[in-house]
Amino acid sequence: MYLMQFLVLAAFLFCVGVYGVLVRKNAVLVLMSIELILNSVNINLVALGVYRGYDQAIVGQVFSLFVIAVAAAEVGIGLAIVLLIYRNRASIDLSEVDLMKG
Amino acid sequence: MVLQNIWVIPAITASSFVLILLFGRRLPNKGAEFGLMALTMTFALASIGAAQWVGRPADLEVEPASTIKSAEAHDEEGGDEDHGNKSDKGHAGEGAKEHAGEGAKEHAEEQDEGGHGAEGTVAEAGEGDEDHGGGHEAEPIRRPVDRRWAWFQTGDVKVQAGTHADGLAMAMLFVVSLISLLVHVFSFSYMHGDERFTHYYAALSLFTTGMFVLVTASNTLQALFGWELMGLCSFMLIGHWWDRDGNKNSSAALKAFFTTRTGDVGLLVGISILFFAAGQTFDIETTNRAALTGQIGSGVLLAAAAALLVAVIGKSAQFPLHTWLPDAMAGPTPVSALIHAATMVVAGVYLVARLYGVFWVAFDIGGGGINPVAVVGAVTILIAAALAFVQADIKKVLAYSTVSQLGFMIMALGVGAWTAGIFHLFTHAFFKACLFLGAGSISHSGSHHSFDMVKDMGGLKDKMPWTFRTFLVATAALAGVPPLAGFWSKDEILLGAGKNGYGLFMVVGLIGAFMTAAYMTRCVYLTFFGEPRGAAAHHHPHESPPLIVVPLQVLAVLSVFAGLLNAPFFGELFGKWTSNSTVLGAGIAHHEFSLVAAALSIAVAFGGIATGYAYYWKGFRVGSLRHDRGPTGMLYRLLVRKYYLDDLYEGFIVRGIREPVARAAYWTNQKVIDAVVNGAGIAARGIARFVYEIIDQRGIDAAVNGAGIASSETGGLLRYIQTGRVQQYAALMLGAAGVFALALALL
Repeated sequence: MYLMQFLVLAAFLFCVGVYGVLVRKNAVLVLMSIELILNSVNINLVALGVYRGYDQAIVGQVFSLFVIAVAAAEVGIGLAIVLLIYRNRASIDLSEVDLMKG
Repeated sequence: MVLQNIWVIPAITASSFVLILLFGRRLPNKGAEFGLMALTMTFALASIGAAQWVGRPADLEVEPASTIKSAEAHDEEGGDEDHGNKSDKGHAGEGAKEHAGEGAKEHAEEQDEGGHGAEGTVAEAGEGDEDHGGGHEAEPIRRPVDRRWAWFQTGDVKVQAGTHADGLAMAMLFVVSLISLLVHVFSFSYMHGDERFTHYYAALSLFTTGMFVLVTASNTLQALFGWELMGLCSFMLIGHWWDRDGNKNSSAALKAFFTTRTGDVGLLVGISILFFAAGQTFDIETTNRAALTGQIGSGVLLAAAAALLVAVIGKSAQFPLHTWLPDAMAGPTPVSALIHAATMVVAGVYLVARLYGVFWVAFDIGGGGINPVAVVGAVTILIAAALAFVQADIKKVLAYSTVSQLGFMIMALGVGAWTAGIFHLFTHAFFKACLFLGAGSISHSGSHHSFDMVKDMGGLKDKMPWTFRTFLVATAALAGVPPLAGFWSKDEILLGAGKNGYGLFMVVGLIGAFMTAAYMTRCVYLTFFGEPRGAAAHHHPHESPPLIVVPLQVLAVLSVFAGLLNAPFFGELFGKWTSNSTVLGAGIAHHEFSLVAAALSIAVAFGGIATGYAYYWKGFRVGSLRHDRGPTGMLYRLLVRKYYLDDLYEGFIVRGIREPVARAAYWTNQKVIDAVVNGAGIAARGIARFVYEIIDQRGIDAAVNGAGIASSETGGLLRYIQTGRVQQYAALMLGAAGVFALALALL
């Protein structure tokens, strides 16, 4: 079985994504990192779906299709927010966006 | 068919009561329209019902109970049932239970046909037909219409609610709804502008409902319900003007309530005894049948009848509990008319008539001689009639007259003249309502709201012609002038008393009839003849408005013709219509009209009128009664003080109870309650101080402050984490998730 290879690839992508989300200051890059995280999950879903048996593979594929749809919506909203932040502040540096500071 | 659905009649007036209370105040006529509408409907229904009852075929044959007994005795000789030995109480009790059980079954089976259980006994009695030598040819009667619903069940006892429509019930429904309708019409003008007009009409509706419930009841429990409803409403109506004249009106209401309540205890006891004696059933028909066929032991039956008699004495204002009725005149006059003519006081008479089997057997009414019911009635006739002579208040004359006439009814029932008793109830309702409403009309337009005949009336004959004419007709009817209503019914009572072996009571009745004629003549003289006095002279008396006069005219016409219903040359229809299986079961003798008795009662009536005429118009007097020191003066003072009965009740019984109770209450108040209260106060103060200083200040306040400080500090610490930077939050989330994942992996 090639399952392990897929899982390792997904874990690697996940880690890259998390790193991007936590560290990058550019909001667009953060969104892209989120996409990476979601795609790593998609790889996991498809791989594990096939792992359960070829006749069951469709389950994992459909699930990942849902995730892709949700991810598209998320990116749409996320980019809209980023656009508004840019209009107000002429910057998309996330470390400056701290209005909710307690 | 109205007869199957007579429950509608009380339901209409009950809903009228609710509607008046809910919406009455907002309507242009303050709710009177509901009352008038409801009573018009009930009167129409009652009339239709009465017509349908008259139209029913008379196909139910009932044999006298003596025949039934003998038939049963025949059966028992051959049969294995052993309830022949009536002296053995245990056996008698079992027998009663078995029989009641059978009766109940029969009821259940025949319910659908609309008939009732008398058929079973008839079938039983069929063999013994030839035995009965009593000579009472039992005419077939109309079959009563019963309707039953399951009410409640406790253990094995199923209690059914139901209606029982027979001649007596329909006659009562007709009278009650008619009088109540006229009273509603009369009140509309009489009570116009009263501050509690709406409540007045609501109470009238409820009052009428009470009587309807009582009259249509098929069991004693329902009857009790209607009975108490009337007690309550009479309290409300007598005390309608509770805020006038000091506390006179409210104490009159209380007196009426408490006095009738004294009797009501008897009703409750009587019903309870009969419930167990008749085999755990409240059903009136079954109870009557059980009593008549000897299934109830004589001791038990006597106790029940005595208890019921106490209730009747209280409700129907018989001696010695009659004292509340004259005081009840404190209520508005139309209420007096309603109470006296159609509802409340006739409830007692109705109860005796309805449970006649019980009274008949318990007091051996058929045996002649003397019995408590007749004695109570006879004593009441005389003492109340005597009291009517000394009253200055026109309503009190009428009140004592009512008491006296109720005495006639009770006596009639007591001497076995069942039909005569309820026929007198029927006719009396018309002329007594007419008299009371006439008195109301006089006070409304003639004497400036005074009822004092001696001070404020006199000479109203020409000023109020219609009031005068109707009053005169009703007076003649009450006095027993033929051929008006009162003559026929009173004559029948006297005839019944004479023929049934109650000669003494016939004499009492004749004396009573004489006194009735005389005091009513006095009343008419003082009100309408002579010189106008007081308000009648100074306040421009005039005839009352049509809404007041028309009911008077209707009632006067009925006072003239109602008596013909049971007149011999019209076939004594009333007796045939109202006859029921209990009456026939008891084997009550029916007497032909007797010219001698009629002549006697006519002579007495005219004698009374002539005496009054001679005394007042012609001035034949034996000195002034009022200032006489001799026996007549003493009699006068005895009457003015109402036989000292009120003094006895109030001075002796009430004070005898009230003062020790008051003293004990005062002592308790001072020594026990005050000490408790003071002790409680001191203790409460100590506790309060402790609570304030220790618990409140140190405990609760500290806790509250502590909580505040703690949350404030915690918030200060947490501020450091809340940077507002999303990525830091994400890192924290990741860290937390990592920790959880680690924990999951390790565990």
